[in-house]
Amino acid sequence: MTASNYEEEEQEWDKLNQTNWRGLGLTDPIKSVEDKWLLLPAFLKVKGLVKQHIDSFNYFVDVDIKNILRANNKVTSDVDPRFWLKYTDINIGFPDRTDADAVDKSVTPHECRLRDTTYSAPILVTIQYTRGKTVVRRQNVNIGRIPIMLRSNKCVLTGRTEAQLARMTECPLDPGGYFIVKGTEKVILVQEQLSKNRIIVEIDPTKGIVQASCTSSTHGGLKSKTYVATKKGKIYLRHNSIHEDVPIVIALKALGIQSDKEILLLTAGNHEAYKSAFSPNLEEAAKLGVYTRHQALEYIGSRVKVNRKVVGPRRPAWEEALEALATIVLAHVPVHGLDFRSKAIFVATMTRRVLMAMDDEKMVDDRDYVGNKRLELAGQLLALLFEDLFKTFNANLKSAIDKVLKKPSRTSEFDAFNTMQFQGDHITSGFVRAISTGNWSLKRFKMDRAGVTHVLSRLSFISALGMMTRISSQFEKTRKVSGPRALQPSQWGMLCPSDTPEGEACGLVKNLALMTHITTDVEEEPIIRIAFMLGVEDISVATGTEIYGPNTFVVNVNGTIIGLTRYPARFVTNFRKLRRAGRFSEFVSAYINHHHRTVLIASDGGRICRPMIIVENGRPRVTSDHTLQLKKGLLTFDDFLRKGLVEYLDVNEENDSYIALYERDIVPATTHLEIEPFTLLGAVAGLIPYPHHNQSPRNTYQCAMGKQAIGAIGYNQLNRIDTLLYLSVYPQQPMVKTKTIELIGYDRLPAGQNATVAVMSYSGYDIEDALIQNKASLDRGYGRCQVLRKNTTLIRKYPNGTFDRLADAPADDNGQIQKKYDIIQLDGLAGVGERVDPGDVYINKQTPTNANDNSFTGQAATVPYKNAPMTYKSPVAGYIDKVMITDTENDQTLIKVLIRQTRRPELGDKFSSRHGQKGVCGLIVNQEDMPFNDQGIVPDTIMNPHGFPSRMTVGKMIELLAGKAGVLAGKLQYGTAFGGSKVEDMSRILIENGFSYSGKDMLTSGITGEPMEAYVYFGPIYYQKLKHMVMDKMHARARGPRATLTRQPTEGRSREGGLRLGEMERDCLIGYGATQLLLERLMISSDKFEVNACEECGLLGYNGWCTYCKSSKKMAQLTIPYAAKLLFQELMAMNVVPRLVLDDA
Amino acid sequence: MASSSSSLPPSVFNPRRHVGVNLERVTNVTNTEYPGHYPDEDHSWDLAKFKQNLQLSVKRLSQRSIEFDLVGVDASIANAFRRILIAEVPTMAIEHVYVWNNTSVIQDEVLAQRLGLIPLDVDPRMFEFRTQTDTPTDRNTLVFQLNVTCERMKNAPRGSTSQHKHEYVRSEDLEWVPQGEQEVVFADKPPAPTNKEIVLAKLAPGQEINVELHAIKGVGKEHAKWNPVATASYRLHPLVLLNPSKPIPPHLADKFAKCFSPGVVRVESGGKVSIDERNLRKESMSREVLRHPEFEGCVELKRIRDWFIFTIESESHYKPEELFLESVKVMRAKIASVREAAEALIAQPGADARVDGDVEMATA
Repeated sequence: MTASNYEEEEQEWDKLNQTNWRGLGLTDPIKSVEDKWLLLPAFLKVKGLVKQHIDSFNYFVDVDIKNILRANNKVTSDVDPRFWLKYTDINIGFPDRTDADAVDKSVTPHECRLRDTTYSAPILVTIQYTRGKTVVRRQNVNIGRIPIMLRSNKCVLTGRTEAQLARMTECPLDPGGYFIVKGTEKVILVQEQLSKNRIIVEIDPTKGIVQASCTSSTHGGLKSKTYVATKKGKIYLRHNSIHEDVPIVIALKALGIQSDKEILLLTAGNHEAYKSAFSPNLEEAAKLGVYTRHQALEYIGSRVKVNRKVVGPRRPAWEEALEALATIVLAHVPVHGLDFRSKAIFVATMTRRVLMAMDDEKMVDDRDYVGNKRLELAGQLLALLFEDLFKTFNANLKSAIDKVLKKPSRTSEFDAFNTMQFQGDHITSGFVRAISTGNWSLKRFKMDRAGVTHVLSRLSFISALGMMTRISSQFEKTRKVSGPRALQPSQWGMLCPSDTPEGEACGLVKNLALMTHITTDVEEEPIIRIAFMLGVEDISVATGTEIYGPNTFVVNVNGTIIGLTRYPARFVTNFRKLRRAGRFSEFVSAYINHHHRTVLIASDGGRICRPMIIVENGRPRVTSDHTLQLKKGLLTFDDFLRKGLVEYLDVNEENDSYIALYERDIVPATTHLEIEPFTLLGAVAGLIPYPHHNQSPRNTYQCAMGKQAIGAIGYNQLNRIDTLLYLSVYPQQPMVKTKTIELIGYDRLPAGQNATVAVMSYSGYDIEDALIQNKASLDRGYGRCQVLRKNTTLIRKYPNGTFDRLADAPADDNGQIQKKYDIIQLDGLAGVGERVDPGDVYINKQTPTNANDNSFTGQAATVPYKNAPMTYKSPVAGYIDKVMITDTENDQTLIKVLIRQTRRPELGDKFSSRHGQKGVCGLIVNQEDMPFNDQGIVPDTIMNPHGFPSRMTVGKMIELLAGKAGVLAGKLQYGTAFGGSKVEDMSRILIENGFSYSGKDMLTSGITGEPMEAYVYFGPIYYQKLKHMVMDKMHARARGPRATLTRQPTEGRSREGGLRLGEMERDCLIGYGATQLLLERLMISSDKFEVNACEECGLLGYNGWCTYCKSSKKMAQLTIPYAAKLLFQELMAMNVVPRLVLDDA
Repeated sequence: MASSSSSLPPSVFNPRRHVGVNLERVTNVTNTEYPGHYPDEDHSWDLAKFKQNLQLSVKRLSQRSIEFDLVGVDASIANAFRRILIAEVPTMAIEHVYVWNNTSVIQDEVLAQRLGLIPLDVDPRMFEFRTQTDTPTDRNTLVFQLNVTCERMKNAPRGSTSQHKHEYVRSEDLEWVPQGEQEVVFADKPPAPTNKEIVLAKLAPGQEINVELHAIKGVGKEHAKWNPVATASYRLHPLVLLNPSKPIPPHLADKFAKCFSPGVVRVESGGKVSIDERNLRKESMSREVLRHPEFEGCVELKRIRDWFIFTIESESHYKPEELFLESVKVMRAKIASVREAAEALIAQPGADARVDGDVEMATA
């Protein structure tokens, strides 16, 4: 090759390498999408975290409640057939004040918290009814009140600026999504359930039973479960409303498929194995003599449970069967004008699924698969509750109207509106009762659930937030099965893999991941229409040959079979294109199930889904330009959706996609790209720095402990009066943050402090994870916290005209005021800021002595009063933080006194880092005794290095390194999962600042003054103070109260109880032979009792007299436990005579 | 290995004075020159020798801090001074806070704790200690007042960020209330916080703080607020010894120099490496050089066991240069009390000395 040749070639290359397109050359690397994680904050702005609660409630209030009204819109009278009342519209108003004399009707949630009232809004309906011969229309008729979810459509907080929220004493970081009922914040937890209207095939390997089940649920709430199951090799249909299992062929015949050939085709198709497995069923029907539809209906009809009040003549059996099949069995499959075709095909499909599972064990469904789960949210539960209450309301209204109309003559024309006004607060109290107790017992819908609502935990900001993302399973906690508890691969990105409690609820209580959304119902008719437009053939014209033909796929919409398609891939692609174009809701999913040869379209509510970037032709649709515009605020998340750059995938559709985790992983077949991998963790697990370096259970432990950390709970924390409030005096944001921390606002409401930690052993008081604390740090405010406790009392009015009162401090005989009344002011309440010592009175209340006497005397002023003061009981003094006097909804005076304690850490207080490494304070050491480094820096905390090897919390070590580098460089570092600041960079910063790359410093002992022989890992770690403090737990007793019944010492710290010498301790003493000690512990120190017993009859006497023998001759005195004496007497009361046999030992 | 042209005294290169700084551990941390350790060597304590070895030279002095070298004492002595500086040199600090009114968001206890931590610029030597039972007098108590109300400033410039007076309550707002003879005694320098800019609380318009503060004398071991120093600590003088038999390859000279604090290693134009002994004290001992296998055996890191580079940052009335002397005073007082007790013990002829040799330390 000549030189010129070579040069030419070089030039050619240069030409190619020239920038020719948008400043890019051919060989430049393809630019990756920068900052695509910015989609996450954009998403959280519109959806996510608590938004599912709010969306669900909004859907109920705006849409669902109108549907319910439409379904129950007419009230008629049995007495007067001309009377009717019709509801035409329903609306929920805005929360307002119910006090009759209020001028300003507006109300804030915080006022409701303080006043123990309910944050609720009126339910207003428009009615039309007949009054005589005229039809009257009335608008905005109040039928009751409904509690309003905070930050929902109807809440006064929605759309307010931070300044406006501040004026309403509301925290801008508060997530909302809960209710305030009688002053307590209540959350309706997300409930996990098996999906409705879908066929689930299961196999019981021990009994050899294969069954397909389907829980039908229609709007209107009727739920029933239909099974198609094998029994001795044959297949039966089973349903609650039918006494006996119905052979499947009979069921199909009753549904209108009379020919055996057709039955065979619809169930087994042309598959030989299925055919032979199905044939016994045909034989059975023949054996039972059922050939025609009528025979089949008669067969079923005689076995249907008739559950009807006897109205009219008895109907023939076949009619009963027809009705049951049309309305009760598989109620969700529509039957139009006795056309049972689609229901028959549904039953046939169930049968086929059973046959498939009989043939191949792998063809069963996984109950634990997240795609088969639906999440029930507040809106749905409230909808059910409202429907039930509304129906009862209407029934009551009807009987009240009937009662009036029954009377033949009236003074004025009957106006139903007046009757309606006197209906009481059935709806209001129903809502309040259900939400405040958590009991959803709706007999009408066969629902009886307890523990639906929980009090929002306000221990820390994180505990409140964690509660809002919690999902509880309907599964029993006691059953010992691992399946429902295990981590499902399909949970990826939907449910947090770390955040679950330990112990009995492990794996059953889950938490949503960061970037998830729960769908609400989307109307299915338009979806079906679109499906037909895209070339789906109607199922009712198809035969078995077609349905199970080699290239046909069955199309399902929400579990209902609607048709067939021969080009499933093209159909699904087109369907998705329409969705991306925004022609219908973005939450409708479509996917192909190749095993069952079906195309499944889902539009029902309760599916978990998450957004993903669409990839087309190997390129993500989102480009750097888009993210730049997002950064500038020119685009919102919804724009990304509308432009078809991003779409929501539910679990099922996710399984039908090829998703690249990172851009570099994209291959030609890729369909989607993850937005950010760290979103697979939830909000609580997102606090952990470098969680991907930790052993997995450690992250789980931290998720439990992060909720107990004392910190800031809200910007309005000092305005709140909660039963118990833990606050940190000097909270700090962590040196090592994560992106999640910034997104959820933990950096603004932190719960912990950056402690300088030396990982070394010190003094031996640090074994078993104990921590050594620096006394000077504690003096300066490290770990200092406040505990605020609420004390309430009601100043009541009694029915007899008397009332409670507050009195000023009473003087004793010398005219002196007792010390315990020192802080009581003239109004009978303690002054704000006063110190309360143990035993002090802070509310000097007096009650009338005859309060329970119901006779009205009319002279309230002259009744005698007795003292009923509130006394401070804690062993440590506190300060009066706040005193509030207000009125409740029913006009009682309510007094709340908040008492504050400020605590510095003491021996035994619990601390934890963010890596599930908890420890108690084992020793507090003076600063001069602490080791110090070359700069003179002294640690705040010393942690024993034995905490590391077995726990393998490498993330904690990296946190220290990153924290140290951050301190030296003067900026915060990131420990975001699957990313974050790199160890190499951190070490470089350390080296640049003259520290060892390893993070280990040379320390000098503060005691000897000599250098230490080992280098010590030294730097800041974020430490949380946990709510478990020694002061709340310490307990000892010498003498004290006893229980009245047994005279034994009381139990428990709160009752100043004794410490029990239990069975096992007793066994030890018996084994050792320490009889005198036993006697002393179990009787003398407990409940010794002197009794007189008769040596003659063996019964207990009294005062040296045997009442049985009527003599005092042979009485002996002995000491027995009082409990034994009680036993004897109780036995005697049950006609058992215990006789003592006395003998000198 | 001692280089002949060293500016450091030759005894610095005595290996017995060296603490070895190795890759994963520190060696020879304890002094071995005590009687009976080395055969045929006499290490009994000798005042003349001690005087000859002892050096104290101030290297840097500023308003608030001092750095000086203390050479020729055992670690226990140097450490004793450090400990006394932190824990036992008395200062004045606010101990009692009488809250007449506090409508701010900050709670009384928290405010009191913050007030306590304010360093006060008043000579503690002018005061006596006050015990729980003592009555407050002008000799043991200093009274301040903090009386602030946040108000709108009428003549505040439009649009300025601070529209309110006393939006921030700072330590400068403390007002000294002279008691008894204090007015005369402290006439030329009225007691005040050393730092005027410590934010104590933030107020909203209409809020007020009205408290009376009593400062008393105390020591740091009781509470950190009586700690006179921000920090008092020392480090051992670093020493970098090059191995003459294994010189640094010239092409690695720059990399070698980067392993040390700037100025410690001199690289000449030919790539020859030497240690700048004047800058040796700047070495941070990051041990970076030990990490690189190419420098293995080229260099040894040492520290000089009895050469203490003391740093004291004063955060009290004391000038930084006074603080060390104060600690010596405290130390001498301790020695005096031990001596007194010891002499009393000797003076008592056997009456209380038990058979087994136990003594009661009644007055020590």
